[in-house]
Amino acid sequence: MVERTFTLTHAAGLHARPAALLVQTVQRFPGTEVLIRKGDREVSARSLLSVLSLGASQGDTITVRCEGPQAEEAMAAIAQLVEGGFDG
Amino acid sequence: MAERVLRGVAAAAGLALGPVWVHQGDAPAPAASSAAGDPGAERRRFQEAVAAVDRDLERLQAGADPQAREILGAHRLMLADPELHNLVEAGIARGLGAEAAVQEATEQLAALLAGLDDPYLRERAADVRDVGRRLVAALAGRAVGLRLEAPAVVVARDLAPTDTIGVDRRLLLGIVTEQGGPTSHTAILARSWGIPAVVGVPGVLEQVQDGMTVAVDGDAGAVVLEPAPETVQRLEERLRAQAEARAREQAEAGLPAETPDGRRVELAGNAKVPGDVAAAVERGAEAIGLLRSEFLFMGRSAPPDEEEQYQAYAEALRLAGGRRVIIRTLDIGGDKGVPYLGLPREENPFLGVRALRLCFRRPDLFQTQLRALLRAGVHGRLAVMFPMVSTLDDLRQARAALEEARAALAAAGIPHALAPEVGIMIEVPSAALIAHHLAREVDFFSIGTNDLVQYTLAVDRGHPELTGLYQPSHPAVLRLIDEVVRAAHGAGKWVGVCGEMAGDPLGALLLLGLGVDELSMSPPALPAVRRLVRAVPFREAEALARQALACSTAAEVEALVRPVLERVAAG
Repeated sequence: MVERTFTLTHAAGLHARPAALLVQTVQRFPGTEVLIRKGDREVSARSLLSVLSLGASQGDTITVRCEGPQAEEAMAAIAQLVEGGFDG
Repeated sequence: MAERVLRGVAAAAGLALGPVWVHQGDAPAPAASSAAGDPGAERRRFQEAVAAVDRDLERLQAGADPQAREILGAHRLMLADPELHNLVEAGIARGLGAEAAVQEATEQLAALLAGLDDPYLRERAADVRDVGRRLVAALAGRAVGLRLEAPAVVVARDLAPTDTIGVDRRLLLGIVTEQGGPTSHTAILARSWGIPAVVGVPGVLEQVQDGMTVAVDGDAGAVVLEPAPETVQRLEERLRAQAEARAREQAEAGLPAETPDGRRVELAGNAKVPGDVAAAVERGAEAIGLLRSEFLFMGRSAPPDEEEQYQAYAEALRLAGGRRVIIRTLDIGGDKGVPYLGLPREENPFLGVRALRLCFRRPDLFQTQLRALLRAGVHGRLAVMFPMVSTLDDLRQARAALEEARAALAAAGIPHALAPEVGIMIEVPSAALIAHHLAREVDFFSIGTNDLVQYTLAVDRGHPELTGLYQPSHPAVLRLIDEVVRAAHGAGKWVGVCGEMAGDPLGALLLLGLGVDELSMSPPALPAVRRLVRAVPFREAEALARQALACSTAAEVEALVRPVLERVAAG
């Protein structure tokens, strides 16, 4: 299992487009469970609606947890996306 | 049944007469009729509906513009959302039918989003409900979205963007909605498509059924249900007159806007979205004098990236077919709803961080837009215009930013326009008064009379109690315009006007007389202004403008100009 914490610098936080890009990234790793936590809520990163429902905005901190055969690769892809300001 | 007249808000001009097509977009689904079969069968029905809706959305996505594509993409992700599927399956396992389970699940998820603090995310609740509606429609075997089979007047509660993507607009005679105001999606769409529309008609859905004859009067804001034979006859006469007027306008659209004594002005169209360019060209616009770029930035979660902007600007340039298109860089401030920019509330948004002032503080936004503009410039005749210039430094800083974008593109070997025309809006009195300095460093001016009038007379254009003080023909405004025209011509540059004043016959006549070279207006105003220019000799307009400059009140100016307009109207 790998776990990492990110601070959202993107002006829109986890609004529809960044959240959609995140879900699409996670879909590239079918056998891996990816969970996102903000505060005391943790949701599946495969569900756009759940990710949106976190209400994560600019400046918020989220914790991502990956578990499964491609956990490392999934985390690397997510880190690239989030730290790159969702530029993909 | 007898003829009935319902009142609403006039949203798009024109008259339409035809059979009703009720669009049940967001009508509640017949949950009771979905007698729950065995859970296995209900589960299969749900899976089939998901697949059908996904195919539909995929097809719509292929033909949509970039912004609509993004909305539809998000809808497809919601459709495939494991959380949605879990909730629906749980509902079915509890003995619900597929319809009821979908309704319950989407309502629950929508409520979750609707409870968030973030206003943008709250609005996404509507997207979830939209997906739910599509699923319920598919379960009932009904078509989703607006699918007209014959010419009709569409009556709906409201039309969502996804309803109108892919609709055949030749079949859309008119639109009537129960909800919505003059700035709703339906109203904006109807105006840009030139389809008569009346919105905000309470209770209309209860009073119509498919095939009922209905008339839509988009000028008066009235809807006539089952018009009596005499009424139909009267309406048909008006329809004939409307068709004749349109045909005449079309015939005249190709005529040059030249006064009887040979003064030529350029008549251009204002556009809010690239699609408006086609409507302007159809009405004889010789150029696009103002394409606002705000459409790309409004009503969304994050700023558009360079590629999306490039595609939109390129589309506008292609639609203009070689005519000049002046694209104005982002003109937005704290008063507009763009939550993702995180703009603080200001005491005086019109005197605050807006337009160029915002762009200078957000080089990321500005460079992305300028790069996209320059790249799009290879597809047509691009002119770049900066809004809200109040000092010479503003202009220089904006030009430096443009040069930075150009140099970066050149260094990266990306094709781009090498030397587009660069101009500025003159909408702040300070800019008008130093226009002779500014003129040396631009290719053109475009006077934004809406803001110039506001800033000159210190009156909010939309203020309900001060409408009488908003006076475009006030001598103070005219003298500023006169100053700008002289400054531009003195430096050998051209000057246009892109405010409402250019499309109003009284204003247009004064502007013609003041020596303005280009008048840019909303396309429906073009035919009347063209007729005016072709009827009034320039030397008469010029003499009139000189007299107007010497007036002491707007009322005096209007008293001076009205008789000339009346003479022209009388033919």
